[in-house]
Amino acid sequence: MLLSFENVSLTIGTSGILADIDMTVAPGESVCLVGPSGCGKTSLLRLAAGVVEASSGTVNNRFGATGVVFQDPRLLPWHRTLENIALGLKSRGVGRRERLARARALASKVGLEDSHDCFPHELSGGMQQRVALARALAIEADILLLDEPFSALDVGLRAEGQDLVERLVVDQGMSALIVTHDLTEALRLAHRVVVVSGHPGRVVFEHCVGTPFHQRSPAWLYEQAGHLLRQEVVRKSFLFQRTSERMS
Amino acid sequence: MGGLIRGSLSWAGSLTGVLLFAAFWEWGSLVYGSFLLPGPRDAIGALVELAVDDQLWSAVWATTWRAMSGFALSALLGIVFGMLAGISGTAGRVLEPVSTVLLGIPPIAWIVLALLWFGSGSMAAIYTVAVTTVPVTFAGAQMGTRTLDPRLREMADVYRVSLRMRVWDFYLPHVVSYVFPALVTALGVAWKVTVMAELFATDDGVGAGMALTRVNLDTAGAMAWILVVVALLLMAEHGLLRPLQKKMEPWRQSAKPSGAV
Repeated sequence: MLLSFENVSLTIGTSGILADIDMTVAPGESVCLVGPSGCGKTSLLRLAAGVVEASSGTVNNRFGATGVVFQDPRLLPWHRTLENIALGLKSRGVGRRERLARARALASKVGLEDSHDCFPHELSGGMQQRVALARALAIEADILLLDEPFSALDVGLRAEGQDLVERLVVDQGMSALIVTHDLTEALRLAHRVVVVSGHPGRVVFEHCVGTPFHQRSPAWLYEQAGHLLRQEVVRKSFLFQRTSERMS
Repeated sequence: MGGLIRGSLSWAGSLTGVLLFAAFWEWGSLVYGSFLLPGPRDAIGALVELAVDDQLWSAVWATTWRAMSGFALSALLGIVFGMLAGISGTAGRVLEPVSTVLLGIPPIAWIVLALLWFGSGSMAAIYTVAVTTVPVTFAGAQMGTRTLDPRLREMADVYRVSLRMRVWDFYLPHVVSYVFPALVTALGVAWKVTVMAELFATDDGVGAGMALTRVNLDTAGAMAWILVVVALLLMAEHGLLRPLQKKMEPWRQSAKPSGAV
């Protein structure tokens, strides 16, 4: 089981989105993609999810089931919590009783045991995102693809979401490819941090995080982020982001 | 309490409108005489007469049955083909002109054709209703299908959702909310077209009753039949379609005011 990008480029129309991407995610490994907005991180995730085809090169996803959590929850507004969690199971032909039982177990796991029968609009943003995470876990995903899943949430809910993902990655050894624009979030959740930058986006920097997860205190996270930003390429890609944001 | 007052105020408003209309009607009848424009009391009197000699109920039943059959047929066909046209661009390009052509043919022309094809009877009325309302339901379903959030479609791709499940769990619930206003419109048209078709094609039903009042120069009777049609239409919309919509879309109205945070 392995997710690998071999010399992958993606061009949409005349604009290059990604170029010469070489990257792997091994079983049990958590890789965080960071980079300025518009550098093609999300496209990379789409390639991994198999909803977009690479223009050249090969994307190989040999993990069995792939669970995806998008930036927005993308729940079906007319389904209740449990049915939304069980969506992937239904499409795999799991019977109603069993898929609801499994959804119930997952709802408890992500802290939604009291919201089984709520429609999405009755849930807060953080709860909706947890439903989306449970939906990704329901198909017994071997790898999770997360696209800035907590970027729209406020600080408290965000930390809560990160705790959930950390438990999955650390305690259960789940493989994950996580897109984020937050260096500290990446440092907290990753075995390896990959910086993507430029037009088209390329991998400009890779950093293996050797420190065990339980030793990654907030102070350590900020220190490490500062350390990374002292690297020329990393600073450039993030400084670029700041000027472009100021311009817009 | 406030809700009660607001509710009765809005009722009082509607009632004022109805009463104003009745007053205007009565005034017209006084000016033009009760032969050209019988007043509301004459119309209600005629209605009671119809009810007493049982003519009313059999006519109401015949007309309702025809209108609803034609309407159901058009709803079914419109939704199926509308969704097809919404999902597949090719099907859309093929079916859209057909729908436009159907929309352009006046109902009265369909009645003539239906009489030639099916002869007099219920079939002609049902066919005319279905064929004149199907473009409306078709357009509603097509619009609904096209406007499904592309992000949900991508989600369906990621979770490898089968076509059958896409239709049932993704498209249909979304389409329903688009189709209901179209269905309400179609139902109104269905009733009017049924009465018109009955005028020419059948010897029972509200339309046939109106044809009889024309022969007898019974203006009050015609007015009574008009009252019947309006009442039927209101009953079908508020007694059938609206409650059905509430039942089918619980996810729209069960909004708890910021209950879950």
